[in-house]
Amino acid sequence: MFGKLSIEAVPYHEPIVMVVLAVAAVMGLGVVAAITYFKKWGYLWKEWITSVDHKRLGVMYILVAIVMLIRGFSDAIMMRSQQAIASGGAEGYLPPEHYDQIFTAHGVIMIFFMAMPFMVGLMNIAVPLQIGARDVAFPFLNSLSFWLTVAGVILVNVSLGVGEFAATGWLAYPPLSDIQYSPGVGVDYWIWSLQISGIGTLLTGVNFFVTILKMRAPGMTLMKMPMFTWTALCTNVLIITAFPILTVTIALLTLDRYIGTHFFTNDMGGNQMMYVNLIWAWGHPEVYILVLPAFGIFAEVVATYCKKRLFGYTSMVYATVAITVLSFIVWLHHFFTMGAGANVNSFFGIATMIIAIPTGVKIFNWLFTMYEGRVQFTVPMAWTLGFLITFTIGGMTGVLLAVPGADYVLHNSLFLIAHFHNVIIGGVVFGYLAGFTYWFPKVFGFKLDEKLGKASAWCWIVGFFTAFMPLYALGFMGMTRRLNSYDNPDWHFPLIIAAIGALIIACGIACQLLQLFVSIKNRHQNIDETGDPWGGRTLEWSIPSPAPFYNFAHTPVVEERDAFWHMKEKGISEQKPAEYQDIHMPKNTSAGFFIGIIASVFGFALIWHIWWLAIVSAIGIFVTMVLRTFNDDIDYYVPAAEVERIESQRYQKLSNQA
Amino acid sequence: MRKWNYPDILKRMSLLATVAFVLSGCTGSSLLDPKGPIGAEQKYLIMTSFFLMMIVVIPVIVMTLLFAWRYNYIKNAKYSPNWSHSNKIEVVVWAVPLAIILILGILTWRSTHALDPHRVPESDRDPIVIQVMALDWKWLFVYPEQGIASVNELAFPVDTPIEFRVTSNSVMNSFFIPQLGSQIYAMAGMENTVHLLASEEGTYPGMSANYSGHGFSGMHFKALATSDEGFQQWVDSVRQSSETLQQDSFNELAKPSRNNPVEYFSSVTPGLYTDIVNSYITSGDSSHHGAEE
Repeated sequence: MFGKLSIEAVPYHEPIVMVVLAVAAVMGLGVVAAITYFKKWGYLWKEWITSVDHKRLGVMYILVAIVMLIRGFSDAIMMRSQQAIASGGAEGYLPPEHYDQIFTAHGVIMIFFMAMPFMVGLMNIAVPLQIGARDVAFPFLNSLSFWLTVAGVILVNVSLGVGEFAATGWLAYPPLSDIQYSPGVGVDYWIWSLQISGIGTLLTGVNFFVTILKMRAPGMTLMKMPMFTWTALCTNVLIITAFPILTVTIALLTLDRYIGTHFFTNDMGGNQMMYVNLIWAWGHPEVYILVLPAFGIFAEVVATYCKKRLFGYTSMVYATVAITVLSFIVWLHHFFTMGAGANVNSFFGIATMIIAIPTGVKIFNWLFTMYEGRVQFTVPMAWTLGFLITFTIGGMTGVLLAVPGADYVLHNSLFLIAHFHNVIIGGVVFGYLAGFTYWFPKVFGFKLDEKLGKASAWCWIVGFFTAFMPLYALGFMGMTRRLNSYDNPDWHFPLIIAAIGALIIACGIACQLLQLFVSIKNRHQNIDETGDPWGGRTLEWSIPSPAPFYNFAHTPVVEERDAFWHMKEKGISEQKPAEYQDIHMPKNTSAGFFIGIIASVFGFALIWHIWWLAIVSAIGIFVTMVLRTFNDDIDYYVPAAEVERIESQRYQKLSNQA
Repeated sequence: MRKWNYPDILKRMSLLATVAFVLSGCTGSSLLDPKGPIGAEQKYLIMTSFFLMMIVVIPVIVMTLLFAWRYNYIKNAKYSPNWSHSNKIEVVVWAVPLAIILILGILTWRSTHALDPHRVPESDRDPIVIQVMALDWKWLFVYPEQGIASVNELAFPVDTPIEFRVTSNSVMNSFFIPQLGSQIYAMAGMENTVHLLASEEGTYPGMSANYSGHGFSGMHFKALATSDEGFQQWVDSVRQSSETLQQDSFNELAKPSRNNPVEYFSSVTPGLYTDIVNSYITSGDSSHHGAEE
């Protein structure tokens, strides 16, 4: 009846897990109680859960990312404290069975359920607004993508309280992840959470690819697109090309585990090296999927807060495209030590280094945008300056690892850990947090608190260097990754420093949350009346804040690269249109929500081998899709009079300001 | 081993950096204190690449700070809001990274071939073969010429090329003695090779550098680089052991264990290692595998 599931699956004998679950349960109940008390269930359902508005979905994506950032960071704190304690024969407080799940969960959560939703959330918020569109190409698909991502998030979090998570490392290399060596449900949780959310990501890729190519405002040729939209386009190309590889690789591993095939096993001709190749053929493009939009954000931020055109736009576009293409021919640098010949290793090493050229060009372009500009030290700019310094160091250590001869001794060491955190924190996280602050007023209509934002940036930057510089040194001292305990006394001191660094980063996260709280409390002092709080250059700043649900009352016509800046120069940015037209909009739908929830049940059923439930939920997904397909009532028109009423409020505000 | 010529200045600079690094409290930096020619070349390779890249890294950091300070909004410095293109700057920002990567690329091609783990280091002595097998969670070392085996400890004479033939009887691991240089993956059904050479006597820590399950942290061993006499003594002491290694005792040994103590086997069934490597290729019989703990 319940497959492999029994009451024994709940880890009630593990105090740490049970305390976490209790806290989560109390917080969850608190949220439910608050929603009920304020009678917000209807509002939540109508305005958010069933919404197909790209801005709302963007907000929900980022909310998921923030929650998962806290979960993933708790894992980081546990690892750092374990390694700071477990020296010279001490075992620390986390046995390997638990610790190994933690480092696996940390990697999986931070990449798939923190960085990816954060990136997709920012793309959702900014891309349609930057190209002058009213929504994405396929609004329902967008909602479905989000709820499939949530399904993955649900499964990862359920694994905390029911069963276990994978203890294989975040990429679950076979044979360790095969049924013979990992007979528990941990790897199955890994498989189904990634498989379901991965399909959501793939759909997002298709959606935004089409949106950017087909829905740009008239006059916006490709070479007039804002830089963030360019990077988003390249990221979606990478998603479309790379994620199917992940889907197939995980599917083959699933067959190995569920029906006893031998694609990647030790026996019967299975080949573990094939898995490693396939997973990195997805995995390397994945890091560019994450970092390219961050590059785009920095480009927008630098141009806006330096009050200057982006230096070398064309160069920047070609550099981005070059990185997109090159990211597919470097995957082997993740395993130079597998034993390939010198020619093969050299090829992949040199291909990797070549990526440093366009990346270096980008860095110089940002720098020359600052040159002879008017640098305003806002919060996004603080993140950008922190990024420029941090990321350059991370890029340097990356090129070092790309030299196969050096990688033979640095591979899998803490030097590698320091390197990829250097580029992911310094590049991806700093970029997303800059974008978060930058676009926040466009979504909510008020600005975030400056002081706390800067405090957060300082904590993150100082914390990063304190936490990861010792790890570089530990790499040279011969310390490898994923150690639960160690007996080399020389490693102890740097690991204590690293743990302190993690605590400083914790202060940064706390400042970020406090900033959100304080800013909401003081929102009336930070209202963005004009819709253009930063003196922006691109189309999203030409509309009111918060952006109306239909985005643009009139489809803008683009003549120049920085379209809105150009309109302001010509003095036409505040011109009131002569008349308004009816606006065609998509209707909300609950189909995405239901498919997502049923998909998480489907995943849960497969994880625990509850076959009847898997069949029922598969049918449920199919039926929901069919019902949605045959529903013709999916759109409506906003009457011109209604548009005029909403828009005139803004012109009222603008004239009050003047 | 082929040497390529580093410019003298780079060599001196890297030595300086090493000294600075060690003085700054990072004693026991095993990669910066190599005990063999391969590790030594890798150290110079890391240092050379590091200094080459400083040509870009330092200007970027300086420019970031300088431009942010110089063009601060309140300073009213020169302002060119529409200046966004310069052929001169474009040429420089493409050409400088290109030039550095070109040099690094050549360095990479040559060093990757020189440091190829399959390559036998130049020496006037014949290589010694040691068969290495990763088990859950310990290392088995088989000496086919001497007919002995040991667990979690191995010995070899200095100045002699050692040919490690590396495989696994369970999941993927990586065989690594940091102070001697290159690591190589250990995978079931495959025989990977890495050649190392110690030029100084001593005891060097070795480990698995690829996570392999719950007992991974205890999967380390000692590598004893000895004189010829010392090696002979070690071999003799192994031969004193009452334990021997055949298929039966191997199956027992292959069962998962954590923090396994050092073990000696005075004799080994000839061909045992090869049989185990081949067993993964030819059959689906998994009776001899280390099962789950």
